[in-house]
Amino acid sequence: MSSETEGSVSQIVTKIAEDHQHLEGPLLPILHAIQEQFGFVPQDAEPVLAQALNLTRAEIHGVVSFYHDFRRAPAGRHILKICRAEACQSMGGEANARHLLDKLGLNWGETTPDGRITVEAIYCLGLCATAPSALLDGEPVGRLDAGTLESLAMDAA
Amino acid sequence: MKIYVPQDMASIAVGANRVAAAIAAEAQSRNIPVTIVRNGSRGLFWLEPLVEVATASGRIGYSCVTPADVPSLFESRFFDGGPHPKCVGHVDQIPYLAKQTRFTFARAGLIDPLSLDDYRHHGGGKGLETALSLGPSGIVAAVKESGLRGRGGAGFPTGIKWETVARAAASQKYIVCNADEGDSGTFADRLIMEADPFMLIEGMVIAGIAVGATKGYIYTRSEYPFAIQVMERAIVIARYAGLLGSEIGGSKYEFDLEVRTGAGAYVCGEETSLLESLEGKRGQVRAKPPLPAIHGLFGKPTVINNTISFASVPFILAEGGKAYADVGYGRSRGTMPVQLAGNIKYGGLFECAFGVTLGELVNDIGGGTASGRAVRAVQAGGPLGAYFPTSLFDTPYDYEEFAKRDGLIGHGGLVVFDDTANMAAMARFAMEFCALESCGKCTPCRIGAVRGAETFDKIAAGVEPEKNKALIRDLCETMKFGSLCALGGFTPYPVLSALNHFPEDFVPAPVRRAAE
Ligand SMILES: Cc1cc2nc3c(=O)[nH]c(=O)nc-3n(C[C@H](O)[C@H](O)[C@H](O)COP(=O)(O)O)c2cc1C
Ligand code: SF4
Ligand code: FES
Ligand code: FES
Repeated sequence: MSSETEGSVSQIVTKIAEDHQHLEGPLLPILHAIQEQFGFVPQDAEPVLAQALNLTRAEIHGVVSFYHDFRRAPAGRHILKICRAEACQSMGGEANARHLLDKLGLNWGETTPDGRITVEAIYCLGLCATAPSALLDGEPVGRLDAGTLESLAMDAA
Repeated sequence: MKIYVPQDMASIAVGANRVAAAIAAEAQSRNIPVTIVRNGSRGLFWLEPLVEVATASGRIGYSCVTPADVPSLFESRFFDGGPHPKCVGHVDQIPYLAKQTRFTFARAGLIDPLSLDDYRHHGGGKGLETALSLGPSGIVAAVKESGLRGRGGAGFPTGIKWETVARAAASQKYIVCNADEGDSGTFADRLIMEADPFMLIEGMVIAGIAVGATKGYIYTRSEYPFAIQVMERAIVIARYAGLLGSEIGGSKYEFDLEVRTGAGAYVCGEETSLLESLEGKRGQVRAKPPLPAIHGLFGKPTVINNTISFASVPFILAEGGKAYADVGYGRSRGTMPVQLAGNIKYGGLFECAFGVTLGELVNDIGGGTASGRAVRAVQAGGPLGAYFPTSLFDTPYDYEEFAKRDGLIGHGGLVVFDDTANMAAMARFAMEFCALESCGKCTPCRIGAVRGAETFDKIAAGVEPEKNKALIRDLCETMKFGSLCALGGFTPYPVLSALNHFPEDFVPAPVRRAAE
């Protein structure tokens, strides 16, 4: 990363940290806000946060790495999160997902080489009575089958 | 003309927003004035999107509506309740709904979730009124009398928990709502937040008054963006109406609320892990004691309860602890919102008194599988719950009866599998999930679960299956007794129940084929 963008990461992160200073236990809301801003939690954010919150860098890193939500690198333009939990499995969700991943040539968590779409696993969306389910860029979709899941992923430009 | 189109996450997932837009456009082009209310779901998810219209004789429903149905609905004058192939008649007479005992979900789907007028018009706020007149000790007494047990899984008596916090002396106490709802097969917390958020606020305010806490948090999962949005709006509205803040309802009590969002860690549903996470730390489980009631959030006495536990309280205060305790089975008093999920014909939320049997829930109410095949297994109580075979379908829905059969009720989820399910794969998944979500504090959970998944792979490949099955059983013993929390401690439930009730699935694939 160039020093110019580093500067801006640091500025933006400092601002986000300041905006959340009034909260009790502000770190998770801050990390969510950072991910919202950048699409991931940049490595450079960690020392800035450590200083702002009076914690060690290791502590910040420990928190970021604990939670599945926080991405360490940018994702594709679209993010498809497919539910892999039991209720979706009972409705054939795994086979649908396998079919799609094979078609895209991806493993779980990977992004297509053109950067178009990232496919991630998620464990239950609370849509278990309209399974199998997925989230495309935050939009919930239920009652999927192999065909509808595939077009969902393929039609996202 | 009032037309209701649900906007809970499940209804949106099956197209409710497109239906609402199509109705608005069609109404405009036909010059018919309609008011579209975005209600929560009734919880009859197999009917979603369920469009309802208010008529003189009550609400009439049209199920599984798609945008393509909209022109013909208008031709049929559905806005007056006109006949149409998708009409399901009076919604409150649909047997699935009529058979329920809706103490907690009485308003779900009926009202506009963010209308305080609607809320009050349908009985909302009465619990708080009674609570203010009873005062702290009277509230605790009512909750104790109701027999309410925590709906998050462990079933601990809520009144006793509140009493402990009430007695603890501290300058600051907290109320924390566990809305992390990570169990597959569950959506009751989500439905409360999306369909009737003021009820949750009311329950938490009552808890605050009871124990002397002035600050509350609702910790929910990032997978529930709609619930977060509705709760946040409801909090602002409640504050504006004087239901939060200082001098609540004109009293001397003060209480305020904040929503916090998790970050995709199942273990953060465990209460001490949740508190760590709220404090901005890794969600690592704390050793107990000290209990959160004494040493909770930021070290202060804290009531931490499940969403449904808090949401049950307004009814208990309004109608009396006895009215709640009057229904139920054994030591399981009141109602449970059972969540019928997975491969089931009539998937949805069914609130009923404890004591109904598992078979009644799955077959009579749930209609068996969605696929039309035979039911093979039902996982009760989420990913840490046992797989029940149909031979145990006479089990009454009750904490103790489930425990007797090495199972648990948990948060009320039932996930149905048909006869194509591979129970060895499900047992392996339980280990894999535990490994993935382990907080890492204890070895049996962190390492044991990884070993468990590997061992299942060996069994599937036909490598020393008998020896490896014995190894799994050993591993389960170690996890049961050597784990700090129920993630490692209860993963043996799904694993062993699959192994014990479906041994035929644990024969290596080539052998199984030869035997067929
Ligand atoms: C791994 C794990 C996950 C849990 N997840 C939840 C959850 O999502 N929601 C919940 O209310 N309780 C959950 N619990 C149970 C809580 O630890 C705790 O018992 C509950 O919040 C207490 O509230 P209650 O008495 O109202 O049930 C979980 C427990 C474990 C061990
Ligand atoms: S059993 Fe697992 S999740 Fe629970 S405290 Fe131990 S390592 Fe953490
Ligand atoms: S298991 Fe997939 S949405 Fe609940
Ligand atoms: S009530 Fe709708 S067709 Fe009869």
